Amino acid sequence: MHRAAPRQRQEHNGEQAVPHRYTDGRVSTQRGGCSNSGSITEEGMHKSSPLNPTLKRSSPNGSTLSRFLFWELYREADMLGVLRREVACQGAHAWGLEQGLRVIASRALSSSAKAMTVRDALNSALDEEMSADPKVFVMGEEVGEYQGAYKITKGLLDKYGPERVLDAPITEAGFAGIGVGAAYYGLRPVIEFMTFNFSMQAIDHIINSAAKSNYMSSGQISVPIVFRGPDGAAAGVGAQHSQCYAAWFGACPGLKVLTPYSSEDARGLLKAAIRDPDPVVFLENELLYGESFPVSAEVLDSSFCLPIGKAKIEREGKDVTITAFSKMVGYALQAGDILAKEGISAEVINLRSIRPLDRAAINASVRKTNRLVTVEEGFPQHGVGAEICASVLEDSFEYLDAAVERISGADVPMPYAANLERMAVPQVEDIVRAAKRTCYRSTALAATA
Amino acid sequence: MALTRRSLHLHLIRPIFSARLLTTASTSPISIETSLPFTAHNIDPPSRSVQTSPHELLSFFRDMVLMRRMEIASDSLYKAKLIRGFCHLYDGQEAVAIGMEAAITRKDCIITAYRDHCLYLGRGGTLVEAFAELMGRNGGCSKGKGGSMHFYKKDAGFYGGHGIVGAQIPLGCGLAFAQKYSKDDSVSFMMYGDGAANQGQLFEALNMAALWDLPAILVCENNHYGMGTAEWRAAKSPAYFKRGDYVPGLKVDGMDALAVKQACKFAKEHALKNGPIILEMDTYRYHGHSMSDPGSTYRTRDEISGIRQERDPVERVRKLILAHDLATEKEMKDTEKEVRKEVDEAIAKAKEMPSPDPSELFTNVYVKGLGVEAFGADRKELRAVLP
Repeated sequence: MHRAAPRQRQEHNGEQAVPHRYTDGRVSTQRGGCSNSGSITEEGMHKSSPLNPTLKRSSPNGSTLSRFLFWELYREADMLGVLRREVACQGAHAWGLEQGLRVIASRALSSSAKAMTVRDALNSALDEEMSADPKVFVMGEEVGEYQGAYKITKGLLDKYGPERVLDAPITEAGFAGIGVGAAYYGLRPVIEFMTFNFSMQAIDHIINSAAKSNYMSSGQISVPIVFRGPDGAAAGVGAQHSQCYAAWFGACPGLKVLTPYSSEDARGLLKAAIRDPDPVVFLENELLYGESFPVSAEVLDSSFCLPIGKAKIEREGKDVTITAFSKMVGYALQAGDILAKEGISAEVINLRSIRPLDRAAINASVRKTNRLVTVEEGFPQHGVGAEICASVLEDSFEYLDAAVERISGADVPMPYAANLERMAVPQVEDIVRAAKRTCYRSTALAATA
Repeated sequence: MALTRRSLHLHLIRPIFSARLLTTASTSPISIETSLPFTAHNIDPPSRSVQTSPHELLSFFRDMVLMRRMEIASDSLYKAKLIRGFCHLYDGQEAVAIGMEAAITRKDCIITAYRDHCLYLGRGGTLVEAFAELMGRNGGCSKGKGGSMHFYKKDAGFYGGHGIVGAQIPLGCGLAFAQKYSKDDSVSFMMYGDGAANQGQLFEALNMAALWDLPAILVCENNHYGMGTAEWRAAKSPAYFKRGDYVPGLKVDGMDALAVKQACKFAKEHALKNGPIILEMDTYRYHGHSMSDPGSTYRTRDEISGIRQERDPVERVRKLILAHDLATEKEMKDTEKEVRKEVDEAIAKAKEMPSPDPSELFTNVYVKGLGVEAFGADRKELRAVLP
């Protein structure tokens, strides 16, 4: 079969690594990797004014960066309406406008430079949605008095009472069905599975009672329910507690399937899920709960919401597209930093939504980079990556310069021993290696060139 | 035309003889004894003496005849291949649907499995919508997209129509949960068969209903056969009304509409105050499990005809009407003829309706489609944007 000539051959000859700007303002430093808890805004605040054009960054684009930051903060501040309020109070006409904006922006900076764990993000999202709509209630094992098996529902029982925060017995089929029935009537349940491995006991209700009802009833019976909980591998929990269900649920029409990565994702997507009139499967990750991410004031606002079905470009690049979701986004970003040092510019897409899948964003990215690596934690066969690869082959075939690559969990039940477990899930070096293969940079191929 | 309501306002287009029969029927109370006493578990049974009225008895008769005729007509339509797939018929069990409706309001919820045609009618569904749905036409109650097992009427508290045996019980407990949460002062009836009575999720849901005092009434329509398996071959204990253990139960003659009415009224009062209760309706289906099942390989024809002669619910009400001099034989025969005509007209009307438009393949997948794409079998040929 004739292979299409590569559209652009990227010549990277070990030139100096180009630091990358993330779309939320973070920049990877020379130290390598982008730590999730640090952010340029925080560092800027501590070391020097971010509006100072002589900002000390080891980036050739220092001044561009600070100007960028200025406008980022201005935009953030304005979103709060802070700008308008401050200007109104203090009379901007008495100041130089730019000076006024600097003060306001720095105030906004000090209030917006916050870090939040994913756990707190989920908790606050649940709290706000329960406060806003009395029809929202939470049901699951240990969600009430135990404060949540992973403390996601901490404090909700005290605040909303036992009628809205219900401790269920260990009967997933029963309480998932009760949740769906309550949704039929018009309530908005949030059903927690302690992990999604246990959702298999209730999967008939998720698929047959929830996902299909609106269609079978031709719109009479809608099901505004959210099924949430940790999905995928934890650490050392063995085969029955480590499966990722994104591909299974993502296959089913009538469901929406979301996979947050950062705290912003967690807040925005959970709020969107609770407000959505359709059944949503919300796949969290236990190992991300304790991770801290920067959140802007916009994210902290109680009206904040992210659109369902839209992916996020976490890192812009031009040589290879790496798609990932949930914990793997962090790995993909780390891989991107390593690749950058070797002169490969990776574009990392945080899928955020498995169903609907943002095929437009994925294809647009691949048409730009001409190479694709999909990353997921789950089993490879019929996985999310398989669907992405098929979509790209169907819609962007002529744009591909290399075979599509899939990185996934190993095709085995999850072993317990630490060394085997490590081999059973994707590691950063796996992603790096696959990306290099798409760039014809792997050492094995070099010998035959 | 829908079933008779308990009001005296009837359509003026009703033929004179039947209209006279029902409009002039009085609502003055009559007290009638149920044929059998109730058997109770962990509760004191209600009285055998049921309050009814001439109007109610006559409407019982008409409505059950209508249901019977609809099911028999569906049998013919299925054999004529106008109904496809599954078709589970309710004839023989009409008294359960009718008696229940007489005891409750439309604010109470009913949810059942796949033997749902008559319950749909009882909740106010029309014959035309029922037949159109069975034949997959766009005028059906689910616009032709559900089929026999997926009839719904949410505005009248009818939540389907479910194909998965036993799933409707946790769903029904969920409805009860929502009613209690919303302080609606209403109850949910979840119907299931002797086959579903062994499902684990029933006990999971019942446990939670009892823990949380939900206004849930579990109604086991025990027609003694779970598909082809007799109850004694499937259940170690076929005393389904006792299977709730700590949950009280009542065994009812399900072929006696008045007994059903009394039991449901009693159960509703109980559930609103004390939480769940189980009703076991001792009933019988004349047809097989579905139209694919002749119904005679696992039971004798003598058994079927014996029940028809001795326990038929329609005949029981007919005898009551005659015994209390509420109508003549001829008047009742005329009612039956009129019902038959009504059913035939509904079928004719439903047959004229078109199939759903091809664009309906992609509607109602979501309430909020977000403009995403959905695909047909050949995605390069058939794609749609979900609204």
